[in-house]
Amino acid sequence: MHELIFYLFALLAVGGALGVVLARQPIHGALSLLLTLLAVAGLFLLRGAEFLAAVQIILYAGGILTLFLFAIMFVSFREAEKAKKWTLQWPAAWVLGALLILVLGAFVWHAAWGAAPVGMGPLNAEYGGNTQAISHALFTQYLIPFEVISLFLLVAMVGAIVMASWGVKK
Amino acid sequence: MITATHYLVLSAVLFSIGCIGVMVRKNLITLLLSIEIMLNAVNLNFVAFSHQWGNLLGQVFAIFVMTVAAGEAAVGLGIIVAVYRMRSTVEADTVRELEG
Repeated sequence: MHELIFYLFALLAVGGALGVVLARQPIHGALSLLLTLLAVAGLFLLRGAEFLAAVQIILYAGGILTLFLFAIMFVSFREAEKAKKWTLQWPAAWVLGALLILVLGAFVWHAAWGAAPVGMGPLNAEYGGNTQAISHALFTQYLIPFEVISLFLLVAMVGAIVMASWGVKK
Repeated sequence: MITATHYLVLSAVLFSIGCIGVMVRKNLITLLLSIEIMLNAVNLNFVAFSHQWGNLLGQVFAIFVMTVAAGEAAVGLGIIVAVYRMRSTVEADTVRELEG
């Protein structure tokens, strides 16, 4: 059963990713990305990362993708139809991409990860849940990275506003 | 039995597809979407290793990756909107001021 769900989500994720690359209109690509994001959230759930799965759906599917859709609405794509689709880049990129899959896949396949997976069970039980365990780690051991990332978000917010209002007439 | 290897192979496939997307697509928004696929593949790796060794560091790091992805999408889309204002197009080939 676990295998079946994994392969289903894996198929959805890869299909969505191919949709992003192959879709001619960016709006179709964005909706394909939604499929990939939800499938990856399902895969997170299978690996016992409940909090990350929820964050994936809320932040990625709810936040980032909405931002993408707003930008796509803002920009018109008359060039998208007349853009030449088959250039010399396509075969070269697909060969390189297949090579990358082969190299990474062969490396991963032959590496031995030792014992059977430990799983998140013991840790989750220690703290009373996946969310509690993550928050405990985030606010004790990784407090400084957490503060740095909040500063990063502030800078990104200011930067996004400055870039988006570039060249607007007063 | 689904092992870490399955997740790593899937992650490699997703990463490569994102990489292909960055190489072949000309539309700036599709480039950003492909980068999001690559970041998702990386997160999948982190979560798979986190489960393999029963260590939370992978999941905490995945949260940081998601935060950076959010910032990257916000700034990237801001740049795309600015480019569209200047040139009425978002095709990557038309923006070549830095070519020299």
